[in-house]
Order: sequence, then structure tokens, then C-alpha cells
Amino acid sequence: MTTRSVGAPVARSEDPRLLRGEGRYLDDLGHDAFQIAMVRSPHAHARVLDIDVSGALEVEGLIAIHTFEDLPPRLQEPLPLLLPHPSLTAGRTQHLLADGEVNHVGEAVVMVTATDRYAAEDAAERILVEYDPLPAVVGPERARAAEHAVHDDVPDNVAAHLEQSIGDAPAAIGAAPNRLRFRLDIERSASTPMEGRGTYARWDGDDERVRLHTSTQAPTSVRAAVAAFLGLQLAQVECIAPDIGGGFGVKIMHPWPEEILVPWAARELGHDVKFTEDRREHFVSANHERAQVHWIDVGFDDDGRVLGLDVEFIHDHGAYIPYGLIVPIITSTQLIGPYKLENYRVVFDSVYTNTTPVSPYRGAGRPQGCFAMERTIDRIAAHLGKDRTEVRSVNFLQPEEMPYDFGLTFQDGRPLRYDSGDFPASLEKLKQLVDWDGFEERRAAAEAEGRLLGIGLATYVEGTGVGPYEGGHVLIEPGGTVQVSTGLSTQGQGHQTVFAQIVADELGVDLADVRVVTGDTRRFPYAVGTFASRAAVMSGNAIHLAARRVREKALRIASEALEVDAEDLELADGQARVVGSPDTAIDLKVVATLSNPLRYAFDESARIATQFANPGKEGQPPVTDDDEPGLEATDYYSPMSSTFANGMHAVEVSVDPDTSDIEVVRYAVVHDCGPLLNPRIVQGQVLGGVAQGVGGALYERMAYDEHGQLQNASFMDFLMPYATEVPSVDIDHLETPSPLNPLGIKGAGEAGVIPGAAAIAAAIEDATGVVIDAMPISPSQLHEQRLTTAQDRPGDTT
Amino acid sequence: MSVTAGAHERIEVEVTVNGVPRAAEVPPRRLLSDFLRHDLRLTGTHVGCEHGVCGACTILLDGAPIRSCLAFAVSVHGRELTTVEGLAADDGTLHPVQAAFQDQHGLQCGYCTPGFVMSACGFLAETTEPDDDEIREGMSGNLCRCTGYAGILAAVKQAAGDLRASGADPRSQHQPEDDAFAGRPGGEHGPAGGDGGGEVPS
Ligand code: FES
Ligand code: FES
Repeated sequence: MTTRSVGAPVARSEDPRLLRGEGRYLDDLGHDAFQIAMVRSPHAHARVLDIDVSGALEVEGLIAIHTFEDLPPRLQEPLPLLLPHPSLTAGRTQHLLADGEVNHVGEAVVMVTATDRYAAEDAAERILVEYDPLPAVVGPERARAAEHAVHDDVPDNVAAHLEQSIGDAPAAIGAAPNRLRFRLDIERSASTPMEGRGTYARWDGDDERVRLHTSTQAPTSVRAAVAAFLGLQLAQVECIAPDIGGGFGVKIMHPWPEEILVPWAARELGHDVKFTEDRREHFVSANHERAQVHWIDVGFDDDGRVLGLDVEFIHDHGAYIPYGLIVPIITSTQLIGPYKLENYRVVFDSVYTNTTPVSPYRGAGRPQGCFAMERTIDRIAAHLGKDRTEVRSVNFLQPEEMPYDFGLTFQDGRPLRYDSGDFPASLEKLKQLVDWDGFEERRAAAEAEGRLLGIGLATYVEGTGVGPYEGGHVLIEPGGTVQVSTGLSTQGQGHQTVFAQIVADELGVDLADVRVVTGDTRRFPYAVGTFASRAAVMSGNAIHLAARRVREKALRIASEALEVDAEDLELADGQARVVGSPDTAIDLKVVATLSNPLRYAFDESARIATQFANPGKEGQPPVTDDDEPGLEATDYYSPMSSTFANGMHAVEVSVDPDTSDIEVVRYAVVHDCGPLLNPRIVQGQVLGGVAQGVGGALYERMAYDEHGQLQNASFMDFLMPYATEVPSVDIDHLETPSPLNPLGIKGAGEAGVIPGAAAIAAAIEDATGVVIDAMPISPSQLHEQRLTTAQDRPGDTT
Repeated sequence: MSVTAGAHERIEVEVTVNGVPRAAEVPPRRLLSDFLRHDLRLTGTHVGCEHGVCGACTILLDGAPIRSCLAFAVSVHGRELTTVEGLAADDGTLHPVQAAFQDQHGLQCGYCTPGFVMSACGFLAETTEPDDDEIREGMSGNLCRCTGYAGILAAVKQAAGDLRASGADPRSQHQPEDDAFAGRPGGEHGPAGGDGGGEVPS
């Protein structure tokens, strides 16, 4: 009997090939392709006065040099603004190659194509670009001050101004018995997947088609963009996401200039062309995120209940805004977390700076929102001298209030409506897991050893499974293999395994017989993409629905062949069989063969199928009006609204009193993403997210100087945590199912990263007594702050 | 090593990779990582930084781990190299270190994985009975952006035990018939042991 695999910690089927070195990542393809190297701007802001390529022409292996002037008119148009919004009144996007002006270090100016990357870089080095440097605008506040403009026609540097509110926050704050006002900062960071961006194109002149492999989270959209820019029909463009070495958001940006230029060059040159960026290019020309400054004004009662919350913030979106307002809108709406806010106003300005553009990085505005809200709750607790968990409890939305509509508009343009969650239960679990009530004893013990120990916690709610839709296709081949495809692509989330689990259960087949393909437009042309923790929810449910249709069809054909009622049949062990008398059965591969009226006796199934051959019904064609040949089905899942996962993290840190060195000694996670399709994979997602959260809290920042030069554009200087920096993590799950989808699931991809900075800041504050209002924080920054705080409070010897 | 005259000098590099003699003519500046990936088409060795920090390009040179992005191909002429392609048995059965990575969910996107696997093979050859701290330290030269390392550390711990039990040298190709790992479902789907949670060294 086939055992149910959904919910089991099934080992990943993608692992063996990846472990043997048989993965096929972008740069593993196209060894004979011409290679691109870009001449990129060394200035944050400058006019391009002249480009002299003469010195490069002698380089052996050089194939072509292109500047903006050399591009056809369609390719001289700026990149699309992917997500327009009525508030986005001054949206500017980049050109494929700079059109007379560069707006950030790393912006592409000249494209060099050569026989290999070495030669392309040689030629690129010999190209002389004359620049007239302009003043650089760096940091959200300097942008807002508008002393200089990034784009001449946007003198105030503000691309968008958006306000949303519930109730009347200013009035509620004015009337509240307690009020606090303060500022909170989060610095820039980035996804930095281990594999950078890359694109490889083959132009087939005989077929007049382009086949594009690109390291993307949105292959169907890249396909559409390439068709539009190159003037091709969709049918002439195939886009495939090969194995991808991590995305974390940055590869949802599309199209990158190179994703258009590479296939264009391939067609122009009649030769395969490839672009594989190096690490420095990734740092300066692949998108960043996170930088925001927030001003909080909060009114609350003596129990700590928030009566009114007013948040203003500036979002630094860099030199261009191709991805619209998604990140600041998510901050605005997800800041609320698990709390019942009845008077809330949030206002932001999204501003241009002469730095690398911004699009979502795992968490996408939520880490900032969580930091703002959770630091606020901690301030309230400190002000009232209350336990931080108590203040959270009085503000929680209660489980019986679900579904709860806040009256705000979420990132998908739909109402912000929580569908499920039990926040008091989650908090109780977390307190147990981290032994919250026993902390003061641990603190005292640490103090006796001369260590400062602190504890902090942070909670979040995450809208996941954002629409509009995903689709799935399921096909049982006459050979018995089950082929599954969905349009979105995979960057390590184990989709091949999880989607196979869903199908195996529905069709009663062995996991090993299910083959899953993601992110290949030849297999499934419709998709939205992998972001917003949506793949399992959206494609998982779509595949589930498609598999159910295949199941129904298989039962119908089997019931005709076996001459029993479909209701008396079950699918198990690769067969359709009579419940209770499993000897009356027919193999699914025979059913698959029967589903096609044209069959030659190529194999055993076909020979068996002839025994069942149904001559067709009298007076009807072999394929009836409501039928199709083949044992396959396509279905789509399109939800009314997002499903909301939630979680809470608690952290204990130890601070060295002499050096202010910070060590995370305990990290506990309670997570509710509904039923777990594969606990091992969900746990992996959470652990990976926590590591990024720790990195974002303590190590990772994009350090720009005032001229817009990124000072740490390498893994030597941008400090991603190694194994030695990541704590062990205790995880507990609460599984409140979502009522919104057939599998009851909620997304899990981003959860781990969201509360990291907030929880670690709270723990450091608790350990040292220093108010932490900006993250990330380094030991030297903390030390400085401790000295200042001690000065401000004479007599305090901490 | 023979030198071809001319403006674009190319040098013949002969090496033994995974037990097989290989040769190619390359310019003196060709990185060893590019030589393996693009000249020999052994693309299992990955590059994540090309400045010696991430460890994705780790291979074994005469049995000791090195970062192939920091060496020129010409500098390893005549030497023995082991890459991730050289570990699994001929029939595809995973090497104990590889099998442990699957068992303990030590990989997600898999990009850093060959580097970790090679580092672990080098580490376990030197340190056969590592404690949890030594494993953490031993694996701290490689970056992974996906896993948060817990599964990787658990995998190295499992592999250490498995290798001790079999007595196999972690740097050599897996020989399934020699030990208790024969028949491991490394080549296909399947519950390859482990509970997914894994015991995480702290
Ligand atoms: S690619 Fe060699 S260490 Fe990163
Ligand atoms: S598994 Fe993706 S970088 Fe390690």
C-alpha cells in the first residue's frame, strides 16, 4: 500500500544529482558561447561625455562592442515599470545601457562581447569613458532634503508618497494617557545568493526562435519581456530557469538589462551568447533592499494597549524604481503584526538615491516593519515597567476574531485580511521553548561569570501565497511515469520533492515515479513567479487540483474498463483497483494507454490495453466532445486573498562587558505556516531564514560612502555569517490551517528572516540597558553607545 | 609542461583528475576553477566569489583542500586533483559525505554544496573523530546562503561516524561493495534515513 507522503519528512529527490556535481546552473551551460563583460560606471552620478573604444579593438577574441547609440530604437527604451501604482507619480527606470547619464556605481555603460570572459574583460578595460561627475545623493535623508536631484526632472527625489490609515491615529494618540516618539533605522542589505545573475541565449536562425536560460525567479515574465523588446512572437521565445544557486528575492527583478541584451546579441551575432556576472558586479549592479528610516509616534494606556500608532518613514529605493512600491507597501501593512490596531496611520516617501536600485530581498519590507512595531512594543513595556510578553498579550488579535479585516490595502491590491492564527497560543509555546520565565536566573548566573545576558523577542505576521494565480499540469505517461510541471522556478526550496509528494498522494503512485519540472516555459507557459512565500501555496494547490482531475479521469476510464462503479475504485500502488478486492485492478499505465484511442502495440501496456479495448460508444466519435486524449490535466489556483502565516522568535545574547562583543547564545522559533507538507524542508527554510536574520542584525550592511561608492563590495568585507556565526535554533510549530486553500497551507519561505533584527536588538538592549534603535549593530557601535549612555547617566556603571 | 610560442601564449597543463589523466592547452592566467569548469567541463566545482572567501570552488589537490579560484591551472601541472564528480561510486551511489548531506538536509539550492562536500572530505581525513566545535570550526571556511548551516554540520557529524565505521578514506571514490553503504538509495528518491531534523551540533 502506498503510504501517504504529504506531511512526512521525505528526503529530497533533487539532492543526489546536486551532490554528485551534476547540477546545471547557468554558467555550467554554453561553454562555447561568446561572453559578455560590461563597462560599468565607477561614479554614483555622472554625465557620460564620450566613449572611446579604439583601444579595445585590437584585443584578440573581441567580437563586438555596443553602446546605447548602437542599440535599435526599441532597445533604447527604458525598462518597464513592472508594478505601477497611482501614488507612484515619478517612476523612473534604467536603460539597458546608460543613455548619457549614470545614476549608480555599477550601472552598465558599454557591452563588450568576446570569445570568452577573459577577452571580454580585457577589451572592457581598454574602453575609455569620459564622465562629468555630478553630486551624489546617498541615504534616505539626504534624498529627502533634496539638495541635489538624482533625476533632473524629479527635483525633490520623491517618486511616491503614500498614506494609509485606520481610524484616527493622531486624535487617539493626543487623547492617550501615555505617548512616546522616537526614530528607528534599518540599513541597506541584499540577498547575495551564492550564485549571481546569469543569462545564456541561443538563437536558432533556422527555426527563428530564441532559447533563453536565465537565473530567474520569474521565467514566464522574462520570456514576455524578451519577446516584446526583440519584436518576437511569444511562440518564438523559450525561457528556462536552470538550477539556480539561490535567489532570496533579487532574481525576481526582471528583466535585467542583460536578459534583453544577451538574446538580442545572440540574434545579431548569430552565435550563442552568455553573461555570467562576477561577485563585484553582483554587489553593485544587482538590487539591494532594507534601507528605511522610521519616525514613530505612539499613544497607549496604562496596560500597554496601543491606542494610536502613527508611523512616517522614508524608503530608499535607489537610482531607479522598476519594482514599484511593493517593499514600502509591505512595510506599511505588515508592520501591524499580530496586534489589533484600531487607530493607525502610516505615511511614506519612496526616494531616489544614487545607489543600486531596490527590489524585494527575502522578507521584503517586513523585517523593517517588524523592527518598527516590536521596538515600539518594547518601548511601551520599558516605559510602564511591564514584562514585554504581557504588553504583547494585551494587544494581540484573538483567534476568535479571525478572519479579521484591518481596512487597509495589501501588496496584492486586496484587503489586508488575516485568515488564521492563534497568537496567544504561539506566545505561550515560545515562552516554554525559550524558558522565558526562568531567564532572570540565567541572567544572574551569567552576571556571576562576568557576562551580560539579555533576552528579547519579536513577533510577526506574514502575508504569503500572494495571487493572482499559479497553474499546474499533471500527466500520466503510458510508461507509467507521472510528469508534473508548473511555471514558477525553484531556487533550492525543494519543490521537486514537495510537489511530487502532493501528486503521489493524490494518484496513489510511488514518489520515484513522479518527475517535476519547474520554470520551463516549454512545459508550462503561464506563471507569476517565486516570491512572497507563494510557491508551495500557489503551485502546490494548483498541482493538487490538476492531480485531482487526473485522478477523476483515471477512475472514469478504469471504471469503464473494469466495468465497476468509479465510487468503488481507489488509486493505490500505481493501480486503479476495487476497494476491498484489490485483485480486480488495472495498472495506471494501462489506464494512460487506454486514454488515447490511437495506440500501437509498442509496449506491454499497449498490449494489455487491447484486452480492455472499448470499441467506443454507439453513435459517438472516439474522442467525445467533453473529452480529450491522454491522461492529463491542467488546473489553476487563484485565491481571493493572501494567506497569513505568523511566528515569534526569542533570542538570548551574551555581551562581553569589556569589548561589547555580541554572541547569540539561544535562538527559539515558533512558526505557524499551517500543515507542513514536508517538515524537513520547512525547517530548512526557517533555519536558513534565521541565519539571514542574524546576518542582517549583526554583520551585513551595504556601506556606501558619501560619494556613493560601495566600500564593501566583496565577501571579504560584506560579512555574511559562516557556520561559526550562526546559533543553534530550537523550532516549534503551531499548525493552524488556512481556510483559503485546499491544502490549508501558508507560506514559509521568508518567515525565518523577518523578526531577526527586532529580536536581537531587544536582547542586546536587555543585556546592556542601551536603547537600540538602529540595526545592524557591530560590537564597536554597541561599545560606543554604551560609553555614551554611561556618560549620559552618571553613576550608572554598566 | 610545454610552451607554445606566440603572442597569446598557451601552455599545456596535464593533471590527473579523479584518477583520470587530463590535459588542455590554456593561457597562463587561466584560473584553476575555470580550467576545471570550462576546459575540462567538470562543472561540479562552483565559483561564488573568485576571491577566496566563499569556498564554493574547494577541491582536493594531492588530497588537501584548496580554493581552485585562487590557483592558476598552470601551477598544478602534474598534480592529482579530486573534484566533487570523483566521489560517488561508478553506479552513482553517493559517497558517505554526500549521503549524509542528503540525510540531514544539508543543502537547498546546492550551489555551495560541492565546496562543502570537498571541504568535509578534507577535514574528515585529518580529523576522524571531531567533536561538535571542531566540526563547526572545520566547516567555517565555506559560505552557504540557504541552509543556516545546521543541516551541514549534522551531515558532517553523521559522515564522520559512517566513515569511522567503514574505515574508508573520505578523499577517495566511494566503493559500495566495500562497506555497509551498499544499496543506499542515493541515486533515486527515497527515505535515505535521517529524520530531517537531524542532530545539530551546538
Ligand atoms: S569562488 Fe573560490 S573561494 Fe569563492
Ligand atoms: S545550499 Fe544554497 S548556498 Fe548553500
